[in-house]
Amino acid sequence: MTVFIIRRLLQSVLVVVAMTLIVFFGVNVIGNPVDILINPDCDKICYAAAMKALGLDLPIHEQYFIFVKNVLQGDLGRSFILGIPAIKLIVSRLPATIELAGMAMTMTLVFGIPLGLWAGLRPNSTSGRMIMGFSILGFSLPTFWVGLMMIMVFSVELGWLPPTGRGDTVTVLGLPFSFLTLDGLSHMILPATNLALFHIALVTRLTRSGVRETMLMDFVKFARAKGVSSTRVIFVHVLKNILIPIVTVLGLELGGLLAFAVVTESIFAWPGMGKLLIESITLLDRPVIVGYLMLIVFMFVAINLAVDILYSALDPRVRVQGSSR
Amino acid sequence: MSQSVEPAPVALAVERARPPMSPFRRFLSDYAEDRVAVAAFVVFTIILALAMLAPLISPTNPYDLRSLSILDNRQPPGAQSMRGITFWLGSDGLGRDMVSAILYGLRTSLFVGVLSGIAALCLGMAIGLASAYFGGRFDSLVMRLVDLQLSFPSILIALMLLAILGQGVDKVILALVMVQWAYYARAVRGSALVERRREYIEAAQCLALSHWSILFRHLLPNCMPPLIVIGTLQIAHSIALEATLSFLGLGLPPTEPSLGLLISNGFNYLLSGHYWISTYPGIALLVTIFSVNLMGDRLRDVLNPRLQK
Repeated sequence: MTVFIIRRLLQSVLVVVAMTLIVFFGVNVIGNPVDILINPDCDKICYAAAMKALGLDLPIHEQYFIFVKNVLQGDLGRSFILGIPAIKLIVSRLPATIELAGMAMTMTLVFGIPLGLWAGLRPNSTSGRMIMGFSILGFSLPTFWVGLMMIMVFSVELGWLPPTGRGDTVTVLGLPFSFLTLDGLSHMILPATNLALFHIALVTRLTRSGVRETMLMDFVKFARAKGVSSTRVIFVHVLKNILIPIVTVLGLELGGLLAFAVVTESIFAWPGMGKLLIESITLLDRPVIVGYLMLIVFMFVAINLAVDILYSALDPRVRVQGSSR
Repeated sequence: MSQSVEPAPVALAVERARPPMSPFRRFLSDYAEDRVAVAAFVVFTIILALAMLAPLISPTNPYDLRSLSILDNRQPPGAQSMRGITFWLGSDGLGRDMVSAILYGLRTSLFVGVLSGIAALCLGMAIGLASAYFGGRFDSLVMRLVDLQLSFPSILIALMLLAILGQGVDKVILALVMVQWAYYARAVRGSALVERRREYIEAAQCLALSHWSILFRHLLPNCMPPLIVIGTLQIAHSIALEATLSFLGLGLPPTEPSLGLLISNGFNYLLSGHYWISTYPGIALLVTIFSVNLMGDRLRDVLNPRLQK
């Protein structure tokens, strides 16, 4: 087990290092940010001074070493546009994204598993078929278009929910949260539903196929023969057995939620990290782009590592396969 | 004397064995058993034809700036333009006819989606086949890379690449290929590993055929069915991904508007109630993606050897 964890840890470190290289060298190929930042009247001397001030006059490998040194010290450079440290800017947007992703994950669990159970226990009923039909739609509909249609229906036509922003927030432990106020919650419903839709469809399908397979197993027949009530069979015996794959997929999907938040945040003007990324790309704000990409890669690697370790703790077969290689 | 009565010959209803169906005919008839899948195929063919014939059939050329009049902007569906053309689906913020814009947008979206799908198929196929055939260190290196890439969501990788590469049709196609090759590589490798142990490959090796000819003339044709299925579903995926990226302003440049960009333009007018600018391109996108997905689902059932009758 320890060997397995160390192996995976080393792999993860390797991935992060490779990503710093790719991201840093990649981003340096984009157009020179000085061109859009400085005054058009600026002459050569002033131009060179601007280059020097941003450290862009050094050879690229030196820029990289400085970058790595700074990253290790927790410094990703200052935003070219706002002049404040990039990492500070990103971290200030992090709670909004985490809150949105957390809400979407909750909705996924609350809707996905019961719908999947229902469809799995009554695969041929009209309701079961309808649930599956909706899940195919959930897969096919492009997230961003659904978001627009939601705004159109619920904000413009019906006027029930606000289309943009975060609403009132309550500060808990120094971080602002929306879900604690009624206004904040009403701002959250549309974006969180939009973000969760794909994942609800996914979890519904997973649960359904899990239930259908498990219901045919001998232990279910045995439990029934023993006289266990159907409720207990479904919620204790069956659910316990299908939860392992669902938990694994959900762990991995947490990363997916963070990535797709880029789209949802842009539509609903939710002030999270994803919106910051898109703004920074349009403004060529290099340190922020690099910082965002580094942070998201790091979060991903950490999530994958945690899921792998959890999974190997739950299922011994994975561990054996991993260490025999 | 006994009379021998010859039994009258009874005309037997001779049922001739039908000639064996060619694999392609059998495939067609299997596919046609599902009405929905046939409908999806018909719809997709119509969309493809509309997209290809866009310059011939669209009422106006939406990118001919001279024919645009700013007075025509944001007309509701069914309105008359200054030049007497009816805007059946309304007009956008610059006074362009939405029908024409959608036809041209479909053209761009399909072009990018299909081309990147095919390019990714070729790249992934070559890498996956080589990986399965040669095995060893090359194989494990490629598979680690595939695992690594598939552990990130495709939108994130595409965003990362486009943040690095910048805008442009070629760059979007490149990003979409980079995002998708891994799916094909893994699928091809899986089926090639099974096929590789079959006798016909051994026979080909005994004939001292070149690696090249064994790989592409013997191994590849037998790995095709799963590839066709994944290819179809991936094309739907890449059309959706391109639309998303263009919507975010990172995909195609405004000079080559795809459906995603049209939707994005309409987004600015959505809050003031001009719903048609976003809605109709979105429906075109949705119908395209949905029909391709339905076709892919049916192909999966038809080409799955385990379900073969």
